Amino acid sequence: MSEVKRPIYLDYSATTPVDQRVADVMCSHLVMDGNFGNAASRSHAYGWEADEAIKQARKNVAGLVNADPREIVWTSGATESDNLAIKGVAHFYKKKGKHIVTCKTEHKAVLDSCRQLEREGYEITYLDPEDNGLIDLAKLEQALRDDTVLVSIMHVNNEIGVIQDIAAIGELTRARGILFHVDAAQSAGKIPIDLQQLKVDLMSFSAHKVYGPKGIGALYVRRKPRARIEAQMHGGGHERGMRSGTLATHQIVGMGEAFRIAKEEMATENDRILSLRNRLWNGFKEMEEVYLNGDLEQRVAGNLNVSFNYVEGESLIMAIKDLAVSSGSACTSASLEPSYVLRALGRNDELAHSSIRFSIGRYTTEQDIDETIRLLKTQVEKLRELSPLWDMYKEGIDLSTVQWAAH
Amino acid sequence: MSYSNKVLDHYENPRNVGSFEKTDTKVGTGMVGAPACGDVMKLQIKVNQEGVIEDARFKTYGCGSAIASSSLLTEWVKGKTLDQAREIKNTEIAEELELPPVKVHCSVLAEDAIKAAIEDYQSKNGDASDDTQQSA
Amino acid sequence: MTAYLDHNATTRVDDRVFEAMRPYLQDVYGNPSSVHRAGRYARTAIDVAREQVAVLTGAQPSQVIFTSGGTEANNLALSGVIRSRPDTALAYSAIEHSSVLEMVQYLAAQGTECVEIAVQANGCVSTAATQAVLDSGAGLVSVMLANNETGVIQPIAAIKQQVAAAGAMLHVDAVQAAGKIPLPALLSDVDLVSLSAHKLYGPKGVGALIRREGVELVPMMFGGGHEKGLRAGTENVAAIVGFGKAAELAVSELDIRRQHMQALQDRLLERLDTMPAVTVFARDAERVVNTVQLGVAGIDGETLLLTLDQQGYAVSSGSACSSSSNEPSHVLMAMGVDRELSRNAIRVSTGKDTSVEEIDGFCDALQGQLDMLKRFSAMSAR
Repeated sequence: MSEVKRPIYLDYSATTPVDQRVADVMCSHLVMDGNFGNAASRSHAYGWEADEAIKQARKNVAGLVNADPREIVWTSGATESDNLAIKGVAHFYKKKGKHIVTCKTEHKAVLDSCRQLEREGYEITYLDPEDNGLIDLAKLEQALRDDTVLVSIMHVNNEIGVIQDIAAIGELTRARGILFHVDAAQSAGKIPIDLQQLKVDLMSFSAHKVYGPKGIGALYVRRKPRARIEAQMHGGGHERGMRSGTLATHQIVGMGEAFRIAKEEMATENDRILSLRNRLWNGFKEMEEVYLNGDLEQRVAGNLNVSFNYVEGESLIMAIKDLAVSSGSACTSASLEPSYVLRALGRNDELAHSSIRFSIGRYTTEQDIDETIRLLKTQVEKLRELSPLWDMYKEGIDLSTVQWAAH
Repeated sequence: MSYSNKVLDHYENPRNVGSFEKTDTKVGTGMVGAPACGDVMKLQIKVNQEGVIEDARFKTYGCGSAIASSSLLTEWVKGKTLDQAREIKNTEIAEELELPPVKVHCSVLAEDAIKAAIEDYQSKNGDASDDTQQSA
Repeated sequence: MTAYLDHNATTRVDDRVFEAMRPYLQDVYGNPSSVHRAGRYARTAIDVAREQVAVLTGAQPSQVIFTSGGTEANNLALSGVIRSRPDTALAYSAIEHSSVLEMVQYLAAQGTECVEIAVQANGCVSTAATQAVLDSGAGLVSVMLANNETGVIQPIAAIKQQVAAAGAMLHVDAVQAAGKIPLPALLSDVDLVSLSAHKLYGPKGVGALIRREGVELVPMMFGGGHEKGLRAGTENVAAIVGFGKAAELAVSELDIRRQHMQALQDRLLERLDTMPAVTVFARDAERVVNTVQLGVAGIDGETLLLTLDQQGYAVSSGSACSSSSNEPSHVLMAMGVDRELSRNAIRVSTGKDTSVEEIDGFCDALQGQLDMLKRFSAMSAR
C-alpha cells in the first residue's frame, strides 16, 4: 500500500496518526527489555516500573487540563469515558433524580448512552442547537429541573467544530448542584482547558484525536466538589474502583506523551492550523452555492465543514478519492442517513447530504490545502454537470416547492 | 464499503450525461427520488416512430451507485422497444454492477426512472397507443 | 536481568507481534469507520485479525467481538446476558477471576439471583455441584477453563454437556488457557468465551468475547454501532492487529511452546519435591503446563516474594488483579487450603522464552531461603 500515492489526509477529527515521539515511547514499552509488566503486580520490579510509567502519564494528561492526577481514570477511549460518565452518574444518583439534559448534536457515544438510560426509565431532554450549532444558554437553563442530575454537553463538536461555552454552562449547573459532563475528545490539545477554573465535573478524553494511540482514553472525575460514579466495569478494582481491567501500559504512556506534546506545542500549532483553515475556506468561498456549517468564530482551528449544494456527499467523496475527508462523523458515515448534526442545525436535506468535513492537523501542508481546493473545484463542477438539482437551481426552480416522488 | 470496478467505471466515465428538450413529444422524462433520501435521478428517452428508444440521457444527484445505475441503464435502453425497456429489472442492474446490499435501492430507483420516463412519453402520445402496444 | 516468572500476570509482546503492530501505530492510522482509503486499510487489518482470533478458538470470524481486554469480555458476557434476560439465574465457580466475581457481586446487588459452584480440594470445579445449580434453575453458568492461580484445567467438556442438557447458557473465561492448551474442540458450541491478548504475547488493552450466533447481549458500551452494535468505540487497530498475530502464533507454535514449558515444569516440580517445606497446590489435578502454585510453610509469602525479587526472580502471590489486597487467595480458600498456607502462596508461571537456567536459579534461590530459615529456627531453638 505504500507504492500507491497516499491520499491527502484531511480527516484529523476522525483520527490522527501517532506522533513519532509518541510511537517511540510506546515502542519502548513493548519491545524486549521494555517495560512490559502488569502495573498491578506488586511483587516485582516489572510491575513497579509499569506503575511508575503510568503515574507519569497520568501527570501529563492531568497537566494538559490543569487537573489533579488523581482525578484521571484510564478508559479504553472516549466512547467508554462518555458511557462511564453518563451511565455512571445516572446510576449512582438515581435516587436523587432521573433527568438528564444533553444536546442533539452530541457524539453518538453520548446520545446512545442516553438512549440506553431512557430504556432504563430515565428521562432525557435533547436540546436543539441554534442554526450556528451553538447552544442557547437560556434554553439550557429552562430545561433544568429539580430532578436533573446531569448535563452533558460536548466542548467541540466533532462534525462542525463549534465550541460550546462550557464555562457558562458550568456556572448554571454548579449553582443548582447538577453535575456537568463534557466530552472533550475534540477539544483537548486544541484549545486551552483549565479545570481549576471551569465548573466541569466530568470530562472525557481520547488519545487518538491528539496524535496518541487508539484504544485509550480517560475520564476526569472531579474530587472537589466530589463527583461520584458507579463503575461500569468490575473486577480487580483498578482506577480506584471506577474502572477495572489490566492497564495497557504502552497505550497509557502513549497518551501521556501525546498530551505532554500537545500542552507544549498547542499555541504555535494552532496558529499554523488556523491559517491553513482560513486558506481553505477562502478557496471555497468564491465558489457558487457553498455554505459553511457551524459558526465560523466559535470554532476549533482545524475544522471546516462545508456543504457543496446540489452535489451528493458520498459521490463527492468518491470523486475526491485522493483526499481523505469525511461526510459527517466517521462513526456514522457507513450509514446512508444525512448527518444528524446538520439536520439538528436546521440544514435542509440537500445541504445536509452535501456536506464534507475537512479537518486539518499537525502534518497538513499548504500544498495539501491548495491541492484540495483545486480538486474540489474541478470535481464539484463535474458532479454539478451530472446533477438534475443543479439544472433546476439554474432554471430558477425553488426545490422546496417541488413535489418529490417518495421512494 | 467498496465499489466494483464496473461502478467505478460508470462513475468515472458516465455514459449519456445530459438532457433532451422536455417538451419534445418524442421525449419521455422520468424524475424519481428525493433530495431527502440523498438521490434524485432524471432519465430521458427519445423514442422513434417504431416505438424504439433511439437515444437516452440522464442526470443524477446521488452516490456512486446511483450514478452508475442510471448510466448503465441509458446504455441498456438504447435500441430497445418501450416494452422491452419496461421489462428491465432492478436485480439485473444490481447484478451487473455488483452492488453491495446497502446500495440495491439505487438500482430500484433506476428501474423506477425508466418506468416513469416511458409513462411520461406515453401520456404525451396518448395512452391508447400504449394499450394496443401492450396487447399486441 | 531479572528472570520473569509471572507470565500469568502478563507477557512480553512477541517481537513478531510487535512488528505486525508497528505499521498500525503510525503509517496505517485511519479510523476503520471512515469510508476513505486510510479507513479501509485499517478495516481490512481488523478483518484479518478477526479471522486469526477466531481460529484460536475454532469460532467463525463473525462471532468475535473485540473488547478492551479480558475484564471487559467477562463483564460483557455476564452483564450482557443478564440485562438481555433479567430473570436469568447466574451460577459461577468459586475460583473465577475477579472480573467475573465482582460483576457477579454487582449483578447480585441489582437483584440477579447468583449461586456459587463449589470446587473440590484438587482445584477442580465439582460437576456434581454444577448439576445441582442447574437443577435448581441456573440459566447462565460461568466457569473458567484454566485457573489463573493454580493452573488447574476445569472439566469444561463435562460441564458443557451438563449445561446444554439443562438448556442453560455457558460462559467460559479462557484467558489463561489460550495459548496453553488447544481450544477449538473444548470450546465448540460454548455460548460465550472470553480471551485476552496480553496473556499470550500480545499487547495489553485488547481482548475478545466470542459469541455463539443467536446469543443475545445488551452492550455495556453504546455509541457508533461498532462490533455489530455490541461494543461501541473506535477500534484499537494496532492492538487488534497484534492480538491477531499473537493468536496466530499461539496456534502455530502451541506444540513447541507446550513441550518447552512441560520440560520446565518437570524440572521445577522435580526440584520442589526435594523441599519438604514446599506444598504444590493442586499437584494431582490436570494443569496448564506453565503454572505451579506453591506454599512454603513457615515463611511469610510477602517477604519471600520481595526477597526473590531482590535476587532477580519475578514471581507473584496469585492474581495480579487482586495483589494490592492482603487477603489470602480466594482460590486456595475455596479449595480448603489452610488459611496461613494460602497467605504464603507463590505462583510461578513460565513462558515460551523462560530458560531451564532461570528455573534452576529460582529453585536455588528458594532453597537458599529455606536453608536460611532452617538455620534461623535452629538458632532460636538453641
